[in-house]
Amino acid sequence: MTKKITYADGILEGFEYLLENHKDFFVIGQGLWSPWYVGSTMKDLDKKYGKERVIDCPVSELATTGATVGAAICGYRPMIVHPRVDFMLLAVDQIVTQAAKWRYMFGGNSSCPATFRAIINRGGEQGAQHSQSLHSWFAHIPGLRVVMPYSAKDARNLLISSVLSDDPVMFIEDRWLYEKEEEYTEIEIIDLKDVTPQRLQSGSDATVVGISYTSMLCEKVVQKLQTENVFCDMFDIRVLNPLNVNEIVKSVEQTGRLLVVDGDWASCGMASEIITRVVEEMDLSKLKASPIRITLPDAPAPTSKVLEESYYITEFDIYNSIQKLLNS
Amino acid sequence: MNHDVAQLVDPMQYRQSVSIDGVDKHILVDMLRKMIVIRKAEEKIAQHVETGEIVCPCHLGIGQEAVGVAVGLAMRKTDRAFGAHRSHTHYLALNEDTYSLFAEVLGKYSGCSRGMGGSMHIIDNKNGFRGSVPIVGATIPIATGAGLAAKMDRTGDIAVSYFGDGACEEGVLHESLNMASVMNLPVLYVCENNLFSSHLHIELRQPSNTTARFADSHKIKYCTVDGNDVVGMYKLLKDEISEMRNSSRPFYLEAFTYRWRGHVGHREDIDVGVKRSDDLQSWKLRDPIQRLLNSMIINEIFTQDEFDELSNSIQMKINTDWSTATNAEYPEKDFLLSPVYAS
Repeated sequence: MTKKITYADGILEGFEYLLENHKDFFVIGQGLWSPWYVGSTMKDLDKKYGKERVIDCPVSELATTGATVGAAICGYRPMIVHPRVDFMLLAVDQIVTQAAKWRYMFGGNSSCPATFRAIINRGGEQGAQHSQSLHSWFAHIPGLRVVMPYSAKDARNLLISSVLSDDPVMFIEDRWLYEKEEEYTEIEIIDLKDVTPQRLQSGSDATVVGISYTSMLCEKVVQKLQTENVFCDMFDIRVLNPLNVNEIVKSVEQTGRLLVVDGDWASCGMASEIITRVVEEMDLSKLKASPIRITLPDAPAPTSKVLEESYYITEFDIYNSIQKLLNS
Repeated sequence: MNHDVAQLVDPMQYRQSVSIDGVDKHILVDMLRKMIVIRKAEEKIAQHVETGEIVCPCHLGIGQEAVGVAVGLAMRKTDRAFGAHRSHTHYLALNEDTYSLFAEVLGKYSGCSRGMGGSMHIIDNKNGFRGSVPIVGATIPIATGAGLAAKMDRTGDIAVSYFGDGACEEGVLHESLNMASVMNLPVLYVCENNLFSSHLHIELRQPSNTTARFADSHKIKYCTVDGNDVVGMYKLLKDEISEMRNSSRPFYLEAFTYRWRGHVGHREDIDVGVKRSDDLQSWKLRDPIQRLLNSMIINEIFTQDEFDELSNSIQMKINTDWSTATNAEYPEKDFLLSPVYAS
């Protein structure tokens, strides 16, 4: 039987690699000594590598994030773990106004290689304050690299790349992908600045773009459509900032059709950014249909299960949008 | 060791010369020289803010020279200090290189931040000044993390966090003190209490005019002192820092002082809607430079002539540095984008 790896296993293996091979790496965050907050992604790390490098901390998002920034300025490659994006917002000054600008405002005479690990943890009737993603907020900030893996391999390799990057990185993962399983591959050390959107399926009928969890939904629909003789070119974005759309532009110039699926709100969001960039850079005469974006409705996440069902994006929504593109 | 706060905030007190017992002459001369350098550099900057040659906002530390000088002399180069909006004093106390500061406030490429920071973002890694930023309280947790890094390094280095009484109204101070206390981090918290936020007196902002109560509530050892007594602060800090290096723990210094200029800019009196002329005249009689000089003269360590000579030579160096800085190059246009990412 071939060896398998889940998304959660991938993250755990990434941590083990970093703790094993990089003495300047440490990780701090709430709940790291009893890591139920983060599923199995940090299981027993404190026991294996010591509580001095896997640090549990007070309920102080701002100070612990600032301390991570300070340690990064002083020669370490630390990571702060925020088990939910929502709580991380208490620390936005340190991420956006300090870390992201630190190199720039000192003219390159200092740097801040900190990683902010944020987890999207939603659904299950958790309601409006336990469900946000907000990746487009962070992708808006020059100087802050934003990474959102979809595959288990990327969850592991890009976690390592994020920590080894000399820039501050927002690494956002999705709890809904933790159980996703794939064939095991060996660790690859990749320079984060070389990571671009990855083509997961090939085709010439339409171009479909997903981000992290929505890439999983897109891939399922695209595979189903292949049985109906519709072939889509499908990309997983992986790095939201700085954004590279070169391959997507070439693809849309061939297919003439573009769908972007983003599990966040529409207004000023990642889907609009991707569409804008593609439309700006492509030969417009090759466009056969207006690009479509699928996003969350403009409302906070509801609690009731029934409303959650209509709130979150489904494979059915994606299937219908691709049909609409093909028919126009 | 704690001084009475009622006296510390009363400008009629602490006007006498400072005690210099047990401090070597060369250190006293260092202190005096550094304070003169800071004052004259700040006066130079004030003069060119007024003429409009300096455009970036400058928050001057005239009157508060003693705090940075005492801390700077008690530090070693591998320690890590972080400042805030009013940090020219902290920077120059560690390195009397007025040129790199002048070039920076003029936005020149040869400035300490290559002209990208201006007065509010200054850095000098080699001498232990690891950066200042103007978001109030922002470097308090950063310095706390620098303390964590120092502890992990196991070299006995410490971190220094400079902030003012206004920053004590930011929640992050409490988060940081709590963290430093519970994790035993070697962080020297230095509150320069000059009694004012930009425009509002501390009595209109806090139920007490001393901030040391925050250290006390987090079980951090603290001391309230005359922030215009450079020798007293230096002696205290030498002992405390030596203990911090050995036992890895935080310390909180609250230094009472007064700024002679407005919150921002060159003006002395009317600033952001506040008029403080009566108090200011009183506080000028608590001048940290004059008080040290008086002691040195009384104790026959230094003469008025030597002081005048020292002041003149510093002034000449400052004039030269200023004119060199005005002729220096601005950053190239491609520097607009190239420092955003490491590569």
